[in-house]
Amino acid sequence: MSKVMEHHGVVIVGGGPAGLAAAIAAYEAGQHDVLVLERDVQLGGILNQCIHNGFGLHTFKEELTGPEYAARFIQKAQELDIACRLGTMVLDISPERVVTTVSAADGIRTIAADAVVLAMGCRERPRGALATPGYRPAGVYSAGTAQRLVNIEGQMPGREVVILGSGDIGLIMARRMTLEGAHVVCVAEVMPYSGGLKRNIVQCLDDFGIPLLLSHTVVDVEGKDRVEAVSIAEVDERMRPIPGTEVRYPCDTLMLSVGLLPENELSRAAGVELSPVTRGPIVDQSLQTSIPGVFACGNVLHVHDLVDFVSQEAAEAGAQAAHFSMAKDAQDGAAERGVPVVATDGVRYTVPSFVDPQKMADKLTVRFRVANEYCDRYVSVYYDDERVQHRKKRVMAPGEMEQVVLKREDLLAREGLAQITVKLEEE
Amino acid sequence: MYDVVIVGAGVSGCAIARELARYDCSVCVVEREEDVCCGTSKANSAIVHAGFDADPGSLMAKLNVEGNRLMYEWAKELNFAVLPIGSLVVCVSEADMAGLEMLYKRGVMNGVPDLRIIDRKELLELEPNVSDTAVAALWAPTGGIVDPFGLTVALAENAAANGVEFRFNAPVSDVRRIDGGFEVVAGDERIAARAVVNAAGVYADELHNCFAGLAGAPDAGQDIPTVSAEPLRIVPRKGEYYLLDTTAGQHVRHTVFMLPTSMGKGVLVSPTVHGNLIVGPTAKDVESKEATNTTAQGLAEVVSKCSLTVKDVPLREVITTFAGLRAHQEKHDFVIGEMEGAPGLFDCAAIESPGLTSAPAIGVMVSGMVARRLQLSHKPEGAFDPTRPGVVNLMATSFDEWDQLCRENPQYGNIICRCCRVSEAQIVDAIHRKPQATSLDAIKRRTSATMGRCQGGFCTPKIMEIIERELGVSADQITKRGPGSELVVGTNKDRITQPAASLKGGEEL
Amino acid sequence: MATEIRELICINCPMGCPLTVTLEDGEVVSVTGNTCPRGDAYGRKEVTNPRRIVTTTVPVVGSKTEHMVSVKTKTDIPKDKIFDVVFALKEVKAQAPLEIGDVVLANVAGTGVDVIATKRA
Repeated sequence: MSKVMEHHGVVIVGGGPAGLAAAIAAYEAGQHDVLVLERDVQLGGILNQCIHNGFGLHTFKEELTGPEYAARFIQKAQELDIACRLGTMVLDISPERVVTTVSAADGIRTIAADAVVLAMGCRERPRGALATPGYRPAGVYSAGTAQRLVNIEGQMPGREVVILGSGDIGLIMARRMTLEGAHVVCVAEVMPYSGGLKRNIVQCLDDFGIPLLLSHTVVDVEGKDRVEAVSIAEVDERMRPIPGTEVRYPCDTLMLSVGLLPENELSRAAGVELSPVTRGPIVDQSLQTSIPGVFACGNVLHVHDLVDFVSQEAAEAGAQAAHFSMAKDAQDGAAERGVPVVATDGVRYTVPSFVDPQKMADKLTVRFRVANEYCDRYVSVYYDDERVQHRKKRVMAPGEMEQVVLKREDLLAREGLAQITVKLEEE
Repeated sequence: MYDVVIVGAGVSGCAIARELARYDCSVCVVEREEDVCCGTSKANSAIVHAGFDADPGSLMAKLNVEGNRLMYEWAKELNFAVLPIGSLVVCVSEADMAGLEMLYKRGVMNGVPDLRIIDRKELLELEPNVSDTAVAALWAPTGGIVDPFGLTVALAENAAANGVEFRFNAPVSDVRRIDGGFEVVAGDERIAARAVVNAAGVYADELHNCFAGLAGAPDAGQDIPTVSAEPLRIVPRKGEYYLLDTTAGQHVRHTVFMLPTSMGKGVLVSPTVHGNLIVGPTAKDVESKEATNTTAQGLAEVVSKCSLTVKDVPLREVITTFAGLRAHQEKHDFVIGEMEGAPGLFDCAAIESPGLTSAPAIGVMVSGMVARRLQLSHKPEGAFDPTRPGVVNLMATSFDEWDQLCRENPQYGNIICRCCRVSEAQIVDAIHRKPQATSLDAIKRRTSATMGRCQGGFCTPKIMEIIERELGVSADQITKRGPGSELVVGTNKDRITQPAASLKGGEEL
Repeated sequence: MATEIRELICINCPMGCPLTVTLEDGEVVSVTGNTCPRGDAYGRKEVTNPRRIVTTTVPVVGSKTEHMVSVKTKTDIPKDKIFDVVFALKEVKAQAPLEIGDVVLANVAGTGVDVIATKRA
């Protein structure tokens, strides 16, 4: 181990879309001593295997594939000469922001950081998390694993595919498998609505005549060595399988797209306070976690629907981390948490969870997800008991992120504000 | 001709092989699966039982207590993970206190050391999450937890290092008499041996009954323990389990059993040596010896029963569920001995719980019987190496030590399994040890890669690449657990054909 | 006069507006349900000339980093040509080095559209 500890202004954990956007923003905010740590041997993160198009409509006003979207940020980072250490896995982050890494090239290294940005992304819920009965043969893949096998390795995970879960990766993989010569038998979804984007249901399922079975789940997996069949049953309103509705589908592959979880092992080990809803860190208006100088963005904070919003959020976190790293006097004070933002009545959570009107920018985007599919509901914001925003939305669904924008002047005008509430209302 | 063929490379077969390797003899282990530890040995509670359960005077009682003692000794020379965390049998009703007392007395009669009944207050100090109904418990400090894969692999590796041969993917279909011994038909092979040991797990009844067909009149007065040539029937008894993430691994600190009551038998809740929490098992007799599937009813039973002894078990932290089959036999005792009227044929059958704990003692007992029959002598001093080099566990390695490992071999710096912190170096090591790990599950059992919260989601493709490189095989030859469990089935577009419409229209391509 | 009504979901943005397209004798006479002009255009095009961008991968030879390179049709192609495009790429192997935008297969399946690399390799 190096005797003199390495030191950087902003250390960014993860070189995917969030980490890259955060690094660029930190640099542009004036902190030129930025280090990106990436465990893969290339930058870009999960975008490298997301070869489908549809990325970047908001950011670049054109439809890019995942690798193309990543390439724009990678190129920008290279132009700014931002240091990126590849093949390097972060093992530990201390509350004092000492980062321990391991790599084949350097062994164990410790790095002191003035500010840290958590940008580790998310991971898929595995089959085991569902406790699906049956055998545990080869041929049960999470959609992301199958995506990597097909798109990066060029290997076919199977020929006859049943997909459980209609999250976007599941839908995308239904099309990918079809285009590579497999037959997708059906997509089963336990909820009465799809968790994926509408365009993906149209272009990935409808285009190829792949049935979407809403309110259905897998109740048995057959095949001791390799998947031979799965049984799918309808579920009742409490998501319990209805006896007698089982249909057996012969297949060699069961692909799962049953949810994503923020990859928060490091956050937890560092002592960052996590939200039981998002399972990501609880952050304030600066996207700062409960540990001063540790910021979070992207899917490690909460799982996003569009990468454009990841980039926007990460840019904010990167800039805030840069400011923190450069404002030496501001460091390590007790974290004043500001006014709590409460999510209720159909709003599952908000990011951020706290807003300090004194420290926020002129405008603050509060992102959230809704708990169910809603038609013609109002998104309302209350400052204490006073309703200050009331905006009608034709359609809202859990699969898509929503947002409201708070204005600093409005908040400052209300001295003694105790609570901001975001909720859905019928009228 | 081998001196001994052992049928079955589970924990019993491997323990017998390892102990036979102390003698001057040739030993071959034949296994129907592709690796060691593929049957009952891999899917169980992974508990080192103290030994208060079995009836005093039974073989089970004797071998359990002796196996418990040997387990902790062997862990040192064979370098597998075992933790003497102690076990508690929790009594949840005053009315059942007599049962707890009886269990205590039975344990004392079996020779279990340091047993004690503790009251609720002391129980709460030991185990704060015990249920509100708990009134007392039997505390057995010699109880523990073990890595069943690590134990079995260590035994196999140590046996192999001392000359034992292994044949995998070799299901035994028949045993016949030949001049000077027996012929074991294993897959396509016929393997001759002077003695055959039946350690075939849930299939041990079939082999026993095959042995019985070779038995003649019993010879009187031999000093080797015998088993009857009467037909044996093993009933696969299914146990279903929940395995929770390491985030739940501290929910209990000891193995918590429930004292069986008139309300039935509970399930155990225990930490594992990998830091997870295991909850189970159920007990249901099934027809098929291959039925390692979980069921909705079984899993629901685990969920409902665990709260009897432990409160707030964080079941939402589940990372996998699984089922194992115990080799249950009506009389509920181990069937170990030479078959009456068939000298040279040995049973090691009906090894159900506490079979894992008993394995070291079973190894000693069976190897002793075989040695006596074949009049084997011990290898000369120093010719048997009882030690087996351990595997690196980066979860238990300091950063300084890890840094040193990276300097010796940079592959230690390349993390493949992020959940269980397994590096490329450990996977390469597992692939090249003897017996080799050539499948994904074989690597899992040796390194714990894919065993974590993502269940192989991230690391499966990476491990496949390492197997391809190290063994010079193509991706479609790599299996989860042997032939028939291939992980991929071909390459992109390999079955794409010309679309029918363009064939008809003859459009330009 | 034959009136046909087609229900579609707009795919231009995540809103996924439910569109109702009315045709008379095969001619679009109205699109409703859209919230922006792109929805109107999509509705008209989807019922008369549906098109898709096809994304897939082809093996790449001579790359130090990649087994496969991701590719796409440079613009959208007729929806009923998707499998012709895929079949045309079946035997194609790309040669490294490749930059994003490099043509991997010109005028794929007679569509007049090139297949281009979407990743460096």
